[in-house]
Amino acid sequence: MKALEVVNVTYKYPIAKENVLENISFSVNKGEFVAIVGRNGCGKTTLCNILRGFIPSFHKGKFKGNVLINEKDINEMSMGEIAVEVGFVFQNPFIQVSGVKNSVFHEVAYGLENLGMAREEIIERTDKILKDLKMDDLRDKHPVELSGGQRQRVALASVLVMDPNILIIDEPTSQLDPQSTEKVFEIIRLLKEKNKTIILVEHKIDLISEYADRVILIDNKKIVFDDLAKKVLARKEVMSYGVNLPQVAKAGIRFEEQTGQELDFIPSVLKDAISVFKKYV
Amino acid sequence: MEGIKVESASYSYDNGYTAVDNVSLEVKKGENLAIIGQNGAGKTTLVKMFNGLLRPQKGKIYVDNEDVSTMTVAQISRKVGYVFQNPGDQIFNPTVYDEIAYTPRYFKMEEKQVDAQVRSAAELCNIVGYLKLNPYDLPFSLRKFVTIASVIAMGTEHIILDEPTAGQDLFGLRQQKKIINALIGRGKTVITITHDMEFVADNFSRVVVMADKKIIADRTKREVFWDFEILEKSSIKQLYVSMLAKELGIPNHVISIDEFIDEVNRK
Repeated sequence: MKALEVVNVTYKYPIAKENVLENISFSVNKGEFVAIVGRNGCGKTTLCNILRGFIPSFHKGKFKGNVLINEKDINEMSMGEIAVEVGFVFQNPFIQVSGVKNSVFHEVAYGLENLGMAREEIIERTDKILKDLKMDDLRDKHPVELSGGQRQRVALASVLVMDPNILIIDEPTSQLDPQSTEKVFEIIRLLKEKNKTIILVEHKIDLISEYADRVILIDNKKIVFDDLAKKVLARKEVMSYGVNLPQVAKAGIRFEEQTGQELDFIPSVLKDAISVFKKYV
Repeated sequence: MEGIKVESASYSYDNGYTAVDNVSLEVKKGENLAIIGQNGAGKTTLVKMFNGLLRPQKGKIYVDNEDVSTMTVAQISRKVGYVFQNPGDQIFNPTVYDEIAYTPRYFKMEEKQVDAQVRSAAELCNIVGYLKLNPYDLPFSLRKFVTIASVIAMGTEHIILDEPTAGQDLFGLRQQKKIINALIGRGKTVITITHDMEFVADNFSRVVVMADKKIIADRTKREVFWDFEILEKSSIKQLYVSMLAKELGIPNHVISIDEFIDEVNRK
């Protein structure tokens, strides 16, 4: 079943001269993990805002095309219905944190309160998510006292606690150290195991290659590549769009260029790289 | 010694939290080094002491042989420039131009020289096309370059970059490499905090590792990326190319793609 479908979407911001996205079409199956990559300013965040209906409901501009959630046109859904189905984690955790709650626990529970859920269930679910994300120690801290990295995890927790079926996550690890970043990817992997659909915007390509099923590369308003992560992240041209390649893919490409020998394939994950290079050492 | 010298410095925040505990470090003028370590290890607190934004409760900081405790922040800021981690903490002017010109004007430079400083810094940061815009109309990744240009325009001899690589695409990372090389070429000291280990391997030789309020290693990148005790203590993952070499049984301590290919070709 298709969890998300984008059909011929073109969009121009209100005062902009040019379209930011043109004729974008793709669909995402339920349970799929898709990474969206591209240079800064290529329209990744705009696309995220389209997927959750924020464009064109709030940002007006010129919008053409259709977005379907669970095969239903987003135009026929209320903002509330969309919000229950689609969870959204902002790029900038400084914006997401509500500013009206004075502890991390209350901040994370805020969305559930708004759903009118029973008190006991709110407490239970909030406690569980803080535990799952290993954030127990932040429970009583004031959200404004948190570091960038901690805020980023609170932002993620406050969306995960809502248990949406589709998650759109915009650069969740930009402020995080390598270990916390890996933890976020582990959490995403667990969500995928629960058959959640995940759209992730990220620059950390080594991790995308290890975790994501599929990669969509956007440049100059259009989709340039949309294929299995292993296929996209083995192509040298990717770097000409401002997107890095995994180190092991770069090693494979450079090896072929320098030695003139052809590898079985260009590896994009460590495991494949080991097997590809084995016969040469 | 010209440069920055930290002698047994400790810093605790008002709420009693100690962020840096008895740290010593020497950075010579013209050096190019990286500081790495987990969130909360004390990296930002340490470097904020270099330019007087934070004052150590214990220990001393010397900049170009002068004890900074006897200097005002304004005096120190003529010597040490700090690019904030979050551009929002730094930017407050209505245009990119005014933002970069702020400190040169504050230093009472002539407007002609201010203009030259602004343009040269903007060129190095590849943001000349945005000088008339409001910094907040730019995406986060470009705003970071505005803050870097502002600090370059101050003309200080020592420059600290706090997580410049966060959220940058490949073009942004290459631009930062150019900036660092240009500054080093001018004899400046550059101290960079980053979580991007590939960037560390590509750009620095000396690496300072912090964990739990202390410096746990101050060595070459090769030593750091192959010392599993240091990596574990600081929760840093080895480079993928190093992991690959290790898995393939290559005995030498590889830290770059070129080295890896040399090793494979040698077989």
